[in-house]
Amino acid sequence: MSTTSLPTPTGQPTESRAAGRSGRAGDRLFSGATTISGIIVIGIVTLIGVFLIAQAIPALLRNNANFLTSREWSPGGDHPRFGILEFLWTTVTSSLIAMALAVPVGVGVALFITQYAPRWLRRPAANLVDLLAAVPSIVYGLWGLLTFRAVIRPFEQFLQQKFGWFPLFAPTPISGGTIFFIGIVLAIMILPIVTALSREVFDQTPAAHKEGALALGATHWEMIRTSVLPFGKPGVISASMLALGRALGETIAVTFLVSALAGGTPWTWSLFNGGETFASKIANNAAEFSNPNKTGAYIAAGLVLFVLTFVVNSIARVVIERRKAFSE
Amino acid sequence: MAKRIDVSDLNVYYGDFKAVEGVSMTVEPRSVTAFIGPSGCGKSTFLRTLNRMHEVTPGGRVEGKVMLDDQDLYAPSMDPVHVRRTVGMVFQRPNPFPTMSIFDNVAAGLRLNGVKSRSTLEGIVEKSLRGANLWNEVKDRLNKPGAGLSGGQQQRLCIARAIAVQPQVLLMDEPCSALDPISTLAIEELIIRLKSEYTIVIVTHNMQQAARVSDRTAFFNIKATGEPGRLIELDDTAKIFNNPSMKATEDYISGRFG
Amino acid sequence: MTMTAHDETRPGGTGSGARLGTTGGTGTSTTPTDPGRRDLIESMDRPHRGRAIKDHVARIVMWGSFVLAVVPLVWILWTVASNGFHMITTSLWWTGNQRNINTTDAGGGARHAIEGTLIQAGATAAIAVPIAILTAIYLVEYGRGRLARVISFMVDILSGVPSIVAALFIYAVWVTTFGIDRNGFAVSLSLVLLMIPTVTRSTEEMLKLVPNELREASYALGVPKWVTIVRVVLPTAFSGIVTGVLLGLARVMGETAPLLILGPYTKNFQRDLFNGNMPTLPTMINEDRSDFALSTAAERMWGAALTLIILVLLLNLAGRFIARRSAVAK
Repeated sequence: MSTTSLPTPTGQPTESRAAGRSGRAGDRLFSGATTISGIIVIGIVTLIGVFLIAQAIPALLRNNANFLTSREWSPGGDHPRFGILEFLWTTVTSSLIAMALAVPVGVGVALFITQYAPRWLRRPAANLVDLLAAVPSIVYGLWGLLTFRAVIRPFEQFLQQKFGWFPLFAPTPISGGTIFFIGIVLAIMILPIVTALSREVFDQTPAAHKEGALALGATHWEMIRTSVLPFGKPGVISASMLALGRALGETIAVTFLVSALAGGTPWTWSLFNGGETFASKIANNAAEFSNPNKTGAYIAAGLVLFVLTFVVNSIARVVIERRKAFSE
Repeated sequence: MAKRIDVSDLNVYYGDFKAVEGVSMTVEPRSVTAFIGPSGCGKSTFLRTLNRMHEVTPGGRVEGKVMLDDQDLYAPSMDPVHVRRTVGMVFQRPNPFPTMSIFDNVAAGLRLNGVKSRSTLEGIVEKSLRGANLWNEVKDRLNKPGAGLSGGQQQRLCIARAIAVQPQVLLMDEPCSALDPISTLAIEELIIRLKSEYTIVIVTHNMQQAARVSDRTAFFNIKATGEPGRLIELDDTAKIFNNPSMKATEDYISGRFG
Repeated sequence: MTMTAHDETRPGGTGSGARLGTTGGTGTSTTPTDPGRRDLIESMDRPHRGRAIKDHVARIVMWGSFVLAVVPLVWILWTVASNGFHMITTSLWWTGNQRNINTTDAGGGARHAIEGTLIQAGATAAIAVPIAILTAIYLVEYGRGRLARVISFMVDILSGVPSIVAALFIYAVWVTTFGIDRNGFAVSLSLVLLMIPTVTRSTEEMLKLVPNELREASYALGVPKWVTIVRVVLPTAFSGIVTGVLLGLARVMGETAPLLILGPYTKNFQRDLFNGNMPTLPTMINEDRSDFALSTAAERMWGAALTLIILVLLLNLAGRFIARRSAVAK
């Protein structure tokens, strides 16, 4: 064996010096390219902010109504009057309904997949729920409009008849897409987001925590309540926030479903009222964008939506970051 | 052509933390020098400064001088990439490239540095695999993934990969700590054989290993956590293990440490 | 692991829950203990029937949640498939367009819309993927300090931008500021904004999974950093990156909001991104939706919806398939 010749070390091969130089130039070029890409991203976000603000301001200055508290929307003409109160109410309320439904179910599904399902079922179950996220939102719109609506309608009527005394369930003449119904459809759409993220954190629960609980004689459910849920709580909160952000901005499904209110419709707290969300109002009126003043009003509304989702997403990030700080 | 390493008064920092202080030593060509010492004494950190791998860690920098024969490794004009090609390294855990075959793993260093000729590559790959005592085991499956080999074979593959770029010096950072005893023996035999051509520096936790493979042994120590590591003494291996000059070395060797 | 653990502890009379109760019982009756401790032991003993019931209820609730989640999925897929199946099995569907076909006429083709959707998705990917991958490389391999934090933050903001806002922004730039007509490329630009953050994040995750040891091995061979990234790190993460791109693309293909604002529909073939209206599957659905009371339009609408779902699902499946062959195990 010891007779086999080894690759003998040589002096520096001349090519290696050349390669070294080209390596350095290559490094500069490549790291430059990646830096520029990152800066492009900064540029895009800055531009979005700048353009939206720049085009919203002139329209806001011409506005004769209070932008935040008015329910009017007539952005055209010499004396435009427009406000976002109705959109804000519809958007936030429907998204909160979606959260209230999707978070418990989503967490349940995540617990099912990580803690209850037989091993062979876990992966297929997870994939099935992920499929819900793959269905394009326009399809949710169609399905909600043409199939699901008829199923939920009797339930709404029942609630209005029996609990109509409660302001949120007050009867309304709306038979199409109510805030309540939009909330249910949004709940289905954001369910996979809640599930996917919660699943991830539940899976990371240290085995020692779980075994510790089981060793004390805890039942399976008690083990989940005392070790898995507390461990996953920050993850579930941030998942809910990301899902809320998604629900607030969801456009096309909501656009298909909303029942726009005629101007001057009296205010009601009822969840069975109609009304446009920010996104549906903008999408439904794309045809009006020919007029810059009107466009400005819609852009101002879009800006509010942007800020809203931004705040919600930021909360999600902060919660995630804090959790990271703890687990490291 | 194996080269001598001359280190004078070297300090190693990570950010503001001084990890190693005041090391001066000479590593003889065509010999095996072992670094021993307790965990955290800076021996691996110091080893990484010999091919500037410490610079990969953010904030890693040195003060002092490292000469490879007459070349200053830290001269401003010196490219760390070039240094690493001249001073090869084998790591604690075998780390073959998972996307590459056995052949491609050995050829990686040359190929990634722009050597394209298939016949040149084939020659060097065979030579390197023979050099690493692996040729007979893998010659029939050169196109299989390197990750499919056993741990010991993977480590020899990594040695073959390191010597394929024909370095002057070979640094080994605890190359056997992740291996079973039989694979360890194979690597140790290989190290003894390789020293006829290379300057070898090996960091090891295993004192018997240092005694078995090395000609000279350097003992590093650390006073307390947070203090920099220092070179206590460097001498012939026989002397270090039988009759060390420093009390700390003797305590460590005889197991009376800590 | 957890399965066996839970089987052992499942209470129900004979499990460890019952055994715990017995021990607690003997403890209280035979040994005199201080009152606090006795309370504790009794409280462990007494409700153990209730605990078992709770455990069963929880199990049923979790199974129920899962069923509840699957119902809409099956229902939606069934609705679309059963209503659209007839349409997409005609050969004209895959070859023709809607030219000279009125809402009251049955049938016609969807090839124009399929082509439009694919072309726009392709253009979107061509712009978004390089930016996203390079940004991810910057964040993982180069970025330190302030600039990296700012970029990472901006990617987060971008991922929260609703599609309608992205569309408004492109409208504000493209139409209002530069006065260019709405066209397919404007749609692609707005989709780029939506695709960059998803691909950046997934690529980042994949690059982080590549063990540092491989980078060090490459550096130790005297390979420059950029060659290490291009030839060692990227190939190792390759399948994961491709998966991220495919999933991002699937998401973008189903987006409709930007199309309503920037991409007016046409019934004709239109393969030019830069001139004139460009048909897509979502806008085709939207077109026929306004007349869904007519069975001819409704059938077309469901056909287009089914076609869109199939395209998106194919991309998803391809992505998952590639993910399983990944070099770095997750």
